[in-house]
Amino acid sequence: MSGSRRVVPIGPYHPLQEEPEFFKLIVEGETVVDLEVNLGYNHRGHEFISPELTYDQIPFLVERICGICSNSHPLACVLAIEDCAGIRPPPRADYIRSIVHELERIHSHLLWVGLAGHFIGYNTVWMWAWRYREHVLEIFEMITGNRNHYAANKPGGVRRDITKDQIPQILSVLDVVEKKTMMLTKAVLDDPVIRARLEGVGILTKEQAVAYSVVGPTARPSGVDIDVRRDDPHCAYDKVPWSVVVLNEGDVFAKAKVRLLEVFESVRIVRGCLENLPDGPIETRIDEVPPGEGIGHTEAPRGEVFHYIRSDGSNRPLRHKVRAPSYMNIASNVVAVRGGSIADAALTLAAVDPCYCCTERMAAFEDSRLKFTGKDLLRLSWEKTEQVRARLGR
Amino acid sequence: MREALKQFRSRFPEVEVYEHNPRRLYLKIPREQITEAAKFLHRECGMRLAICTALDTRDGFEILYHFSEDKTGTMYTVKVLAPKDDPRVESQAPWFPAADWIEREMHELFGVEFVGHPDMKPLLTSDTDWESGRFPLRRDYEKRSEDHER
Repeated sequence: MSGSRRVVPIGPYHPLQEEPEFFKLIVEGETVVDLEVNLGYNHRGHEFISPELTYDQIPFLVERICGICSNSHPLACVLAIEDCAGIRPPPRADYIRSIVHELERIHSHLLWVGLAGHFIGYNTVWMWAWRYREHVLEIFEMITGNRNHYAANKPGGVRRDITKDQIPQILSVLDVVEKKTMMLTKAVLDDPVIRARLEGVGILTKEQAVAYSVVGPTARPSGVDIDVRRDDPHCAYDKVPWSVVVLNEGDVFAKAKVRLLEVFESVRIVRGCLENLPDGPIETRIDEVPPGEGIGHTEAPRGEVFHYIRSDGSNRPLRHKVRAPSYMNIASNVVAVRGGSIADAALTLAAVDPCYCCTERMAAFEDSRLKFTGKDLLRLSWEKTEQVRARLGR
Repeated sequence: MREALKQFRSRFPEVEVYEHNPRRLYLKIPREQITEAAKFLHRECGMRLAICTALDTRDGFEILYHFSEDKTGTMYTVKVLAPKDDPRVESQAPWFPAADWIEREMHELFGVEFVGHPDMKPLLTSDTDWESGRFPLRRDYEKRSEDHER
């Protein structure tokens, strides 16, 4: 087999990202030598639709870009509108925005950890992570009315207030989530098999991370110290104590570690916000959006989400640019998977936290015959974990 | 905080600076200078390319390069204008992988030509059933009923 190049297609459907992706792994034997990425299978034309809607309607549109981080896009969008209009929401709205945004990060990171566990054959990690994620979704239902698509943000403030009797309930769930995530983190980070399986896999160096301008938990494990919440303070992020998690290894293990540790920082932020939640209105009225332009960006669970608005003074934007974090992160896969094995490739591709559902849709063809299905790739990954386990004698 | 702007002004004296607020700066330069400006902001000032935006305006296509100076949280947006009868801008992709995808996207949605791009195939629109030469985000784009069936 060695010396002959073959193509292992992964995709094309990737249902949870805003664009399903199609990865073509170019392999020599078991080694990945190159990667081609095709996008656009689910291009929905949000930038085309948005200028036809009013500023009040747009947050509902962009909320539907992603089902997992469905608070990030509306938040960045209303920040852009507010930047253009030159207004600030009242302090209470800032705090509520931060609370919803951080709760979203907790559930999104737990989701990723669970799937990563499933992928390397640790189904207990999967079940446990998702079990505690469920509590967070219940808080969402209580404070926003929905488990997903919270519709929390509107230009000028938030839609729903957090009442006094909800605060103790949120705090008690945070206690549970923090305790259980701590246990899970220790179990995952101390497990020699997981370490051996994930360390050194899919390394993205700092130079590569900078050249590809990657963001969020793809950049921070590679030693790039960026976080929009700290760098360009918005909402209540400069009013409560928390810190940015940065590591230097750049491999899949570091990416997992950054996400797990970030859950605790998010818990700290939510607690800080609930403790200091100021009284007052939750909305500033916006009478008009003057001609001009506005940029809003915030740190989504997967990295910086960026919105740009150009206004002509009417109640609709002239142009609305949306950039999701995965747009920058997925491109960096081209360098991260090179040199790894097929068993590692799917894991590396997933380490930037696009959706795992793609693995169910994988198919590899050799001489027009099906070689690997999604299940086979999962099996390959599990077998490698078993080999590592046997080698370590555990 | 303003160090990068000061240097930018002395390097590119033609620049028109508009300060929307202390963290949002817009720098308008002639389109011939974009490569030099982008290299200056990324390599010498250590800025990250957040994304580019293209706009179809009365005067031509505006291409906006949003550079983020993360240590100060400032967005430096570099603007160039490409006239409608000659929508060409130099490509940044050969030296800057972060610009690769977005230039492909702006090319297919606006028809802006990025001179020197290594692989200008469509990023989002279909490579089999989308008519080339139809640019959906141009202002003169006309929707057709059959588009809904695609």
